[in-house]
Amino acid sequence: MSLIELTVNGQQTQVDAPPMKRLLDVLREDLGLTGAKEGCGEGECGSCSVRMNGELVNSCLVPILQAQGAHIQTVEGLAIDAELHPLQKAFLECGGAQCGICTPGMLMAATHLLAHNPHPTLDEIREGLAGNLCRCTGFIKIFDSVIAAAAMGGVKTHAR
Amino acid sequence: MTFGEKMSESPANRPSPRIVGTPQIRKEGVDKVLGRAKYTDDLERDGMWYGATVRSTIPRGRIRAIHYDPRIDWSEFVVVTAADVPGQNHIQMISADQPCLVETQVNHCDEPILLLAHPDKRRLPEAVAAIAIEYDLLPAVLSIEESETQREIIWGPNSNLGNIFKQFHLEKGNVDDVWASAAHIVEGEYSTGAQEHLYIENNGMIAEYSDETGITVWGSLQCPYYVHKSLMAVFDLPEEKVRVIQVETGGAFGGKEDYPSIIASHAGLLARKARRPIKIVYDRMEDLAATTKRHPSRTRHRTAVDCNGKLLAMEIDIATDGGAYATLSSTVLSRATLHATGPYVCPNIRITSHAWATNTVPYGAFRGFGAPQSIFAIERHMDQIALAIGLSPDEIRRRNFLHAGDTTATEQCMNEPIILDTLLERALKESDYANKRKRFAIQNSQSPIKLGLGLAAFYHGAGFTGSGERYLNSLAGMDVPANGKVRVLVANTEFGQGTHTILCQIAAESLALSYDDIEIAPCDTSIVPNSGPTVASRTSMVVGRLIERSGSQLIAMLREHADLGESYSKQEFFAACDRFRNQHGKVESLCRYEAPPNIYWDDQKYRGEAYPTFAWAVYVAEVAVDTVTYSAEVTNIYTVQEVGRVLNPTLAAGQIEGGVAQAVGYALYEKVQLKNGHMFNNQMTNYIMPTAADVPPIHVVFEEIPFAFGAYGAKGIGELPHDGPAPAILNAIQDATGESFPSIPLLPEDIFLRFLSHAPREESLVS
Repeated sequence: MSLIELTVNGQQTQVDAPPMKRLLDVLREDLGLTGAKEGCGEGECGSCSVRMNGELVNSCLVPILQAQGAHIQTVEGLAIDAELHPLQKAFLECGGAQCGICTPGMLMAATHLLAHNPHPTLDEIREGLAGNLCRCTGFIKIFDSVIAAAAMGGVKTHAR
Repeated sequence: MTFGEKMSESPANRPSPRIVGTPQIRKEGVDKVLGRAKYTDDLERDGMWYGATVRSTIPRGRIRAIHYDPRIDWSEFVVVTAADVPGQNHIQMISADQPCLVETQVNHCDEPILLLAHPDKRRLPEAVAAIAIEYDLLPAVLSIEESETQREIIWGPNSNLGNIFKQFHLEKGNVDDVWASAAHIVEGEYSTGAQEHLYIENNGMIAEYSDETGITVWGSLQCPYYVHKSLMAVFDLPEEKVRVIQVETGGAFGGKEDYPSIIASHAGLLARKARRPIKIVYDRMEDLAATTKRHPSRTRHRTAVDCNGKLLAMEIDIATDGGAYATLSSTVLSRATLHATGPYVCPNIRITSHAWATNTVPYGAFRGFGAPQSIFAIERHMDQIALAIGLSPDEIRRRNFLHAGDTTATEQCMNEPIILDTLLERALKESDYANKRKRFAIQNSQSPIKLGLGLAAFYHGAGFTGSGERYLNSLAGMDVPANGKVRVLVANTEFGQGTHTILCQIAAESLALSYDDIEIAPCDTSIVPNSGPTVASRTSMVVGRLIERSGSQLIAMLREHADLGESYSKQEFFAACDRFRNQHGKVESLCRYEAPPNIYWDDQKYRGEAYPTFAWAVYVAEVAVDTVTYSAEVTNIYTVQEVGRVLNPTLAAGQIEGGVAQAVGYALYEKVQLKNGHMFNNQMTNYIMPTAADVPPIHVVFEEIPFAFGAYGAKGIGELPHDGPAPAILNAIQDATGESFPSIPLLPEDIFLRFLSHAPREESLVS
């Protein structure tokens, strides 16, 4: 077991876990943050996507040892207080979430995209979300959501 | 919205809808975007252990011995075998042939034999691997063609009915009289592969068991009462001691129609023996290997056409691979059969169809349910007919479309308006078909990228086939608890399509309340009535109609017994509910299914009204085939459809777009690779679905003709978009390259092989 210190959604925390335990499992089992989901366990589907030190990662591929001292942002950290993040609002209004299982990861990928590129073109959105699979929407309404969130000023209000 | 409009019982005088037809926000949407929606794997129960499944590694044989590796301390585990099943060891589907756990006879790879439970889920994989099973092998049947020979009977009687789950024979007119005099006879054989649902949430279930209360399961599922029925049989319990609760479900597409009965039984058996809650959640590899897929199919067409391109006779033979057990193969075959002629009129039709047993994982329900298979065949075939007689793909269809008053293969007279001509013209216009075809012809002569356009025209029968809805006899409605909200009471499940949202919209509309005044009751068999399964594009149309009627009935009840006025405010409505509740204990309004009038169906002869109504569509696919890399890319899809009244435009378009993307995968990406009936590419790395970078722009156009017997005019919508894209895409590839491909999935290597077979030998050696 290793004692790992990390910051999750702005809160410092410690976990005592086997060093090779996946970040995904630490979030879900040790920290009770079940927003990130396991879809494939091999970094293909992106439903476990979180941001680690500002990078988009598949948390199923990150051993917790590697997250020592890291800043992690999960879907639970997107909304501030009761207010939805512009991306959350846009997904809700544009139909970007259907069954919802890919939504947390998709939102993190979209957050990451807008953080680097506040006004992406459609092709840039397609590329930015290509690591996150959605089986319900055909992605079209997800593209619409990201465009709508960018128009709302997706990054400025909630930069962390 | 405004309150106090006059309510009227007569549909003709209904006020124009105010909530139905608008893009209301998904009921459970906020929880989903906040990441706090709880799916099965997000739930815990006190004292819960985890379950795993030991599966067969051979396609057919008998278990000789089971060895437990002594290096594992088995006293830490709970082990369940078929001997632990207290009731019937069979899953209750259309027939009860599929064991819950294998006793001795294995009929496919990945068949469940033993169940293990342990408090630490990380200990389970090594334990599963530490169990060795010895078999006496039996010959396996692994394809439709082998099954058809009936040399080895693996299911059913040892006769000419062996290996056949179901067969149909339809005759209209007399095809045999036509062949001799026909101007053209066109033949073709088409095949489709298996397809995995690839819901992003794998199958999962939690179970608790006690002698006093019986069994309770929480899980990812489509049809709570299907699971309920199987658990009653497996555990030999009365209905009140079986409770099934659907929790948030991360996609289903038919893949959680029948399979949850198995995993629920497994979790329950472990819970019963362990005396504690058990969670079983499959990982992706297990889900891909062990759960159902779309039926593979082979369809043969022989068609007689006159010199003007009118269809004179259609002889169609369909064979599907059902896998090792019957599951839903009979009804999938039925829908394949009833969609086999496409949306065309023909005086002489013969259709024979068979669902064959093979020693592969049973195939099951998947969006479209047999229709995508037979529509692929007829729509590819129509293009071959067009080519044979020198007509354009649009003209051959135009000359043969069904119109109101025509009859189908089952002699169903089309009494509803049919606007296929309008849909076709709109699709041609939207896609700029004529101009693009001219332009592509010029461009293709100068470029290694070949562009093409392809059409598909099709219908999808809405709701259960034939007498299905009558047998289901669904009950649904609403109640008004004292919390100031109306609750919709249905067993129909939300798994992304928008069931909850649509049904709440319908309830709000029928009660003249606001959308926010309505909530959905927990999907728990101890709370909600059996409103039937969430399948067959029936929920909005059939169950929605029950909600609409329940609303009218509730208003009438409140007017008669609780002084509700002719026009009323929200406050007056809930005050009347309080008065009614004080007098009668509860406020509840339920309605039972009533078949539309003049619907007649003969199950024996397969004649009559196969479906109460149909959704109609014409799709145009645009492709670019790279003759250097052999990749075929869909560059645009234009979809024009008539689905009755659109109840929520955002959800409706989302259904079309999602279905189209899934069908693009069906056509060009998704290949289930089997060895001994085991899927060996059972990883997302090796089973490829379209990504955000792959999906084409999807153009969605709705034409609306309200259906008199659907909720506020709704017909079915969810399955339709999976029917048309595959044939449209392969037709477009033929338009682009001149090559006719009869099978899907069509991968770059298949295109490569075809081009290679045409290439002069020296040239292929040089390159």
